[in-house]
Amino acid sequence: MTRFEVVRTGASATGAQPATQRNVSHRSAEANPSAKALQDKFSAAIKRVEVIWAETIVYVDPAAAHEIIRWLHDDQSQQYDFLIDVTAVEYRDAEVPIEVVWHLRSLPYRRFLRIKAQLPKGAPLEIDSLWDIYKSADWLERECYDMFGIRFRGHPDLRRILMWESYKEGYPLRKDFPLRGRFSRSEQLRQALAQNPEARYSMEELTIADAFAELPQDMRERLSKGERTGE
Amino acid sequence: MGLTAPPEHRTVSYAPESQEGWVATRLDFLVNWGRANSLWPMPFGTACCAIEFMATAASDFDLARFGMERMSFSPRQADVLICAGRVPFKLAPIIRRIWQQMPQPKWAISMGACASTGGMFDNYAVVQGIDTIIPVDVYVPGCPPRPEGLIYGIRMLQEKVKNERSSDAGIRDEMEPDPSSQLYIPPSVIDELGEPFGNSVNQTRSGL
Repeated sequence: MTRFEVVRTGASATGAQPATQRNVSHRSAEANPSAKALQDKFSAAIKRVEVIWAETIVYVDPAAAHEIIRWLHDDQSQQYDFLIDVTAVEYRDAEVPIEVVWHLRSLPYRRFLRIKAQLPKGAPLEIDSLWDIYKSADWLERECYDMFGIRFRGHPDLRRILMWESYKEGYPLRKDFPLRGRFSRSEQLRQALAQNPEARYSMEELTIADAFAELPQDMRERLSKGERTGE
Repeated sequence: MGLTAPPEHRTVSYAPESQEGWVATRLDFLVNWGRANSLWPMPFGTACCAIEFMATAASDFDLARFGMERMSFSPRQADVLICAGRVPFKLAPIIRRIWQQMPQPKWAISMGACASTGGMFDNYAVVQGIDTIIPVDVYVPGCPPRPEGLIYGIRMLQEKVKNERSSDAGIRDEMEPDPSSQLYIPPSVIDELGEPFGNSVNQTRSGL
């Protein structure tokens, strides 16, 4: 299949049509062909493969996750060019490791693949960033760091994204985090009011001056007449 | 009988057919009447209450009937801060800044359960009532309140505005809490008052 083939839908289309699968079995559906390719190429780093509701989950070694996803992105037979989501799962049981989850989609092959890497709870939660492969990993990994405290090695700007940067209570989506936070309400409010948002975000960050040359022509014309961007 | 005024007193005679109409009133009444019927709202909509607020402003309920058709998206031209929706802690300094930027006289309406008390979001991220940050004049209950509810709150605020007296010097003072005052409740006591439902240290529900 060529990359970006035009897909014609409707009655006049020829050939096999992509269709929503029906009567999908829980455990016995067919695995994504990429899982087999991964097992052939990275046999040592692939822990196991599960298929649940026709969605393939590949458990990989955390140390090899970056290399495996790099291959999935670059290889002509895979072409996973869209990183949908980066997130993490923590289970209630203390001995079950935290999982980092990547959702990948191959647009040319119409494939969806879920990669999971298990990080044991005792050790520092660190894993390689995918920012050098997918730029969209930037904010997704920041959110994952903010909520779970997983550090992504090689991320260019790993800081909190949802909570404010001086937030001191920990990582809210961890199971040991109390629902109402660790501090009393008055202390939480005091700390929240003490944050100075303007000190945290530089004016350079709030403007688009750096990307001015890449803007569309009409927008550049408007801005060159003095329209303000984000002060 | 001695009831007729002596001629040297300055009396006013009124003959409507011969001159322009005029009316005598209290200055307070006139000023408050003008203020109450031209409240410009600063919408601070963060959640679904803002949708109901938009419905209130739209033609069916027509907020313009109360002199509020002009949404003031600059706090410097606003009279009423309408906080519609939950306020996370990250927004706490921002809503306080907006309140400080509004010129006097100013009022605040806390619209909906979340803005008034935190509502169902009794968690680490949400302010438990914006009255912990800014003074609130009218609380509108509901989740979200229907436009009729908000309009009722606005009418209550108008009543409050109409009953203000400029001789009350203190009503426009912005006070920092004074720990030496009899009315001051220290934060630790406020936390203890939350005990029946647990506070963030001692949690009686969904503790882990």
